[in-house]
Amino acid sequence: MATITLDKLTKRFGKTEVIHGIDLDVKDGEFVVFVGPSGCGKSTTLRMIAGLEEVSGGEIRIGGRVVNELDPKSRNIAMVFQNYAIYPHMTVRQNIGIGLYTSKLEKGEKARRVEEAARILGLDPYLDRRPAALSGGQRQRVAMGRAMVRDPVAFLFDEPLSNLDAQLRAQMRIEIKALHQRLGATIAYVTHDQVEAMTMADRIVVMRDGYILQQGRPMELYSNPVDVFTARFIGTPSMNVLPGRMEGGAPVAGAGGPILIGVRPQDLQVGRRAGEGGLTLSGPVTAVEPLGPETLVHFDVDGETVIGSAPGSEIPEVGSRIEAHAPDSVIHRFDAETEKALGPS
Amino acid sequence: MTATADIRERRMRDIRPGRIIRWTILFIGGVLMVTPLLYMFSTSLKTPGQIYDLRLIPAAPTLANYVEVLSEGEFPRWFLNSSIVAIVVTASNLFFDSLVGYTLAKFRFRGRRLIFIAILSTLMIPTEMLVIPWYLMSAQFGWLDTYWGIMFPGMTTAFGTFLMKQFFETVPDDFLEAARIDGMNEFTIWWKIAMPLVTPALSALAIFTFLGNWTAFFWPLIVTTSKELYTLPIGLTSFAVEQAIRWEMIMTGAALATIPTLLVFLALQRYIVRGVMLAGLKG
Repeated sequence: MATITLDKLTKRFGKTEVIHGIDLDVKDGEFVVFVGPSGCGKSTTLRMIAGLEEVSGGEIRIGGRVVNELDPKSRNIAMVFQNYAIYPHMTVRQNIGIGLYTSKLEKGEKARRVEEAARILGLDPYLDRRPAALSGGQRQRVAMGRAMVRDPVAFLFDEPLSNLDAQLRAQMRIEIKALHQRLGATIAYVTHDQVEAMTMADRIVVMRDGYILQQGRPMELYSNPVDVFTARFIGTPSMNVLPGRMEGGAPVAGAGGPILIGVRPQDLQVGRRAGEGGLTLSGPVTAVEPLGPETLVHFDVDGETVIGSAPGSEIPEVGSRIEAHAPDSVIHRFDAETEKALGPS
Repeated sequence: MTATADIRERRMRDIRPGRIIRWTILFIGGVLMVTPLLYMFSTSLKTPGQIYDLRLIPAAPTLANYVEVLSEGEFPRWFLNSSIVAIVVTASNLFFDSLVGYTLAKFRFRGRRLIFIAILSTLMIPTEMLVIPWYLMSAQFGWLDTYWGIMFPGMTTAFGTFLMKQFFETVPDDFLEAARIDGMNEFTIWWKIAMPLVTPALSALAIFTFLGNWTAFFWPLIVTTSKELYTLPIGLTSFAVEQAIRWEMIMTGAALATIPTLLVFLALQRYIVRGVMLAGLKG
């Protein structure tokens, strides 16, 4: 396994710069997830690491070696694509084996590796089937098998689960995570799904418009987002962000204030009595989402929809007026102009 | 009883005027297509005296014409010539047209569009305009009355390149990029990954090219002078020129000539529908 270093990495398509000199160090064996909205440059960054896109500026080092000018095949990395990219005219065995196409291993060793990968991924009963006879999850596993047999220094995943249904996606998340733990592999993983990022990553890299906004452990990003974008992007449902001001050390929501007040729906408890400090919001209920363990309550505060949470047994009526409270320790404050975090008050 | 009645009722419901008209038109079309073929086979089984007896089933069918065509004269030689020309030109088109089509579809390079338009624009030049330059060129290079002389104008075609380019564009780039990461070189990616994914297009191109060259008449007639190099269509006309018009011999030769085309068609027919759909673009 190896480290991956991006040093002032830049990408231009014609005159348009899409990646603006980003720096990143992926440690040996680390699982790093790039996350961000469409067009933020995460896939382009991954494709540059893979060697599928030329680097316009800066350096990429894999295992300490500069690879800017190297072909994809010379970088000894493996990549799993969004649409699996497994070949329909080949069997599962051939598809996995194609990962060893240029390998100088002897035939028996190649076959052993293919079977070993298939066994780990639970594909051994399907080795002689063609992809058309496999389910979406099985196809994704074949793509992972092809990457595994190579014994590469790093794995790159480009939105590998986005074509799967919700249940299968959850299952594959666990399988990929388990695979990472088993192989101790360095992994760079791209997704626009923050749940994938939160559940799988050792470290999340949040990207927007070709810049890295923040990187850190999932809970670090969840608890201490550096700006409104990251705050709203990480965590589901998104953080409530309202204009407001500080009054006597306590945040008060209200239009035209100099700050933005952020509070996660899970921290905004409906019906809880306000204590000392903290944030209290009230308004008519516009929608309710009973989820079982908790109920998400949408209510209107000065024309802005805010989501709070109530115990699962409580389902307020739409149209009724409610009050919700969040303690001071969970309130986030951002500058209204720059949208950057203001730090603890 | 009830089930039978149900089926009968459903059948009656299926007989609608629109459907009857459609089936009638198709039936007439089918008869028009098949009748000449049946007459060709029928005539090939007749003696010269029976030729103008228009009964479909000959009064005294004979295989004598087949024996004569195959044992005397140069028919086997023409058959071989046509086979060589059609097979070599088809193989060449499958190789070069798909190679060029793949390059134009999957690589980004300066002038790519211009090259494609230039190739496409040659489709607008009628063969009649090209024959004189081809002939002069063949005369200059000593290609007259040679296999190469017959074959060279068709070794690659703009239509084939266009057809293959269109199909290669439907192959997802991820397949090729995955192969690049797995260490394949560009030629191997084309051969082992991209080509198997466009088999329908290759089959259609194979059928069109084979049929086109098997039945080619105009250029082979111009470029060949010796009888040993005649292809089948040219050879068959000699039955008319030298020995008055021997219809039974012409029909026997034509019947034999349809065998390879039928074989090629039967082997690849499941792919032709998609190919014809695209070929429709040629106009």
